[in-house]
Amino acid sequence: MTHWLILPILVPAMLAAMLVLVARYHLTIQRVFSVAGALVLLGLALGLFWQASDGTVSLYLLGNWSAPFGIVLVADRLSTLMVLLTCVLALPVLLYAIGSGWDERGQHFHPLFQFQLMGIIGAFLTGDIFNLFVFFEVLLIASYGLMIHAGGPKRLRAGTQYVLYNLLGSTLFLFALGTLYAETGTLNMADLAVRVATLDAANSAGIRVAAVTLLMVFAVKAAILPLHFWLPASYSEAPAPVAALFAIMTKVGAYCIIRIFTLVFPPDLEITQGLFDLWLIPAALLTVALGMLGVLGAKRVDRMVAFSVIGSMGMLLAAVAVFTPTGVTAALYYAIHSTFAAAALFLLVDVIRSRRGAAGVSFDVAPPIVGGALVAGMFFVAAIGMTGLPPLSGFIGKLLILDAARASDLMWWIWGTILVGSLVAVVGFARAGSVVFWKAHQPVDTAEEMAEPEAVPASVLPMVSIGALLALLMALTVAAGPVTRVLQATSAQLFNPEAYIAVVLTTPGKQINDDHGGEKHGGEKHETEEPKPADNADAIAPAAAKKDH
Amino acid sequence: MELLLATAIGALTAAGIYMILRLRSFPVIIGTSLLSYAVNVFLFASGRLALNAPPVLRDGVEVYTDPLPQALVLTAIVISFGMTAVIVMIAVGSYLSSDDDLVNDPDADHKKGDAA
Repeated sequence: MTHWLILPILVPAMLAAMLVLVARYHLTIQRVFSVAGALVLLGLALGLFWQASDGTVSLYLLGNWSAPFGIVLVADRLSTLMVLLTCVLALPVLLYAIGSGWDERGQHFHPLFQFQLMGIIGAFLTGDIFNLFVFFEVLLIASYGLMIHAGGPKRLRAGTQYVLYNLLGSTLFLFALGTLYAETGTLNMADLAVRVATLDAANSAGIRVAAVTLLMVFAVKAAILPLHFWLPASYSEAPAPVAALFAIMTKVGAYCIIRIFTLVFPPDLEITQGLFDLWLIPAALLTVALGMLGVLGAKRVDRMVAFSVIGSMGMLLAAVAVFTPTGVTAALYYAIHSTFAAAALFLLVDVIRSRRGAAGVSFDVAPPIVGGALVAGMFFVAAIGMTGLPPLSGFIGKLLILDAARASDLMWWIWGTILVGSLVAVVGFARAGSVVFWKAHQPVDTAEEMAEPEAVPASVLPMVSIGALLALLMALTVAAGPVTRVLQATSAQLFNPEAYIAVVLTTPGKQINDDHGGEKHGGEKHETEEPKPADNADAIAPAAAKKDH
Repeated sequence: MELLLATAIGALTAAGIYMILRLRSFPVIIGTSLLSYAVNVFLFASGRLALNAPPVLRDGVEVYTDPLPQALVLTAIVISFGMTAVIVMIAVGSYLSSDDDLVNDPDADHKKGDAA
């Protein structure tokens, strides 16, 4: 067994600890190591992606315990794709944080950034649902620190709300896991898939509660309509590079929905029928509507971008909720696109805020922005991407989603909402662009206008990193054919999870009744093995045995 | 036993949610703590209740309790403890910098924010 699979988690973990302990007061060393770490991660992610690109599912047994007993990491096409997306996003965001000086406005930016990457990558790679919860907490606790980086009353208040919302989400997650364990006696995703499939449909109240609660938890992460309240304030108050990195965090929720509801509760499973048609599609469409109305109604550019993220999550989830291979393909393409587009927009908002003087990011008339042509051009490109106008990848993503929606009974609802929503978003972004960049020639005071330019330090690195994100959008557009083929293979693998399950459950590792295993683990074996013959959710063998005494 | 445990979980959850809806930092934090106690007890019960039974199986031991939920609860306790510490620090910071302990945005703040 090779240890490559755990390196993307270990590298940032070790690096972050080292940065705190050794380089605490040396910003330059922190920057160098942080960028080097991000580059190493990118290399590792590319390696894993290449390894999984021929369809192999690779497995890492932690402590070499075999699957249902030990924790496993699984790298299939979807996990490696998401890890690669995270690492590709992390590098320009990190460069922006360094170039714009955000990392020196408070302590421990770089260690927290690395811990955040560790949590996100871990959540993508793990094959154990309780371990998924642990990695959620890792990424959340790092994000709490990043969210309030550089302080300020409004940011702290938004941070409090963000933390509280996520604490409640975590509690809900634990309730879901408890229910899941009580019903199935396992927490390994592949093992869960096997056992859930054998549960009796007539007696499935508990497992259905678990499925819906899990869906709610992931909907909190993905900011789906009734559970989206944390997003606008958090994303608009968070430091710009952090908000840009958070663009991947909503995708963690989407990833979990795709993973759990193709593997554990597949679409053709009888006990969770109607969950998506009845709940997820309407919720996703309402999310689109709310996000796009928010874009139109926002009074500040940063809020507008935050609402456009909500809208894009709605579109993504509408495509996921169709739950066909084409739907998931479209959703994944749109996920990659919207991650880059949202990150570029958040960074651009920060550039606008720092160059626009007192007016900040509000829609007030203000003196023209220094170097406005470049910023305006970039905003134009990013806005075209985000709203899904041709020729950029947002348009292709939206076409794929509309195409996938033809399979759904709710096709006209999906088409109508997405098309009208996009129009509304175009209007909203056009208004922002014209107010911020075109109506800018009304200086209140001529002297003030003259004084303004010198205040802004000309830095190249921020613009380069935003440019890199936009270039990624364009690359995604140009390479749409090959990318879609990869994504089609990915969703084909997702809808045929037999290979995944077989790899996880049959790879040999240390067994519990081995001579080496030690008696300490004997109980676990009986606990988790015995439920297997039980067809009935309620009659888990050891439990029934215990109740007699 | 089952009734007692279920009642405890229900009461803790209800109290926690009530406290969270108070929307002031201190009650909300107490509320999240109560909720995390509730969920810990819930996790504990997910392995079924067995009285006076060891959590491991040895030769000759017939009655044993499921050890896995206990490990899960331990993890959950550690995490919720850390999270509570973080939220206390952030809430204190928020209180000190804005002079009130409301969790949601006061209206005045909202308008100021939009105008800024």
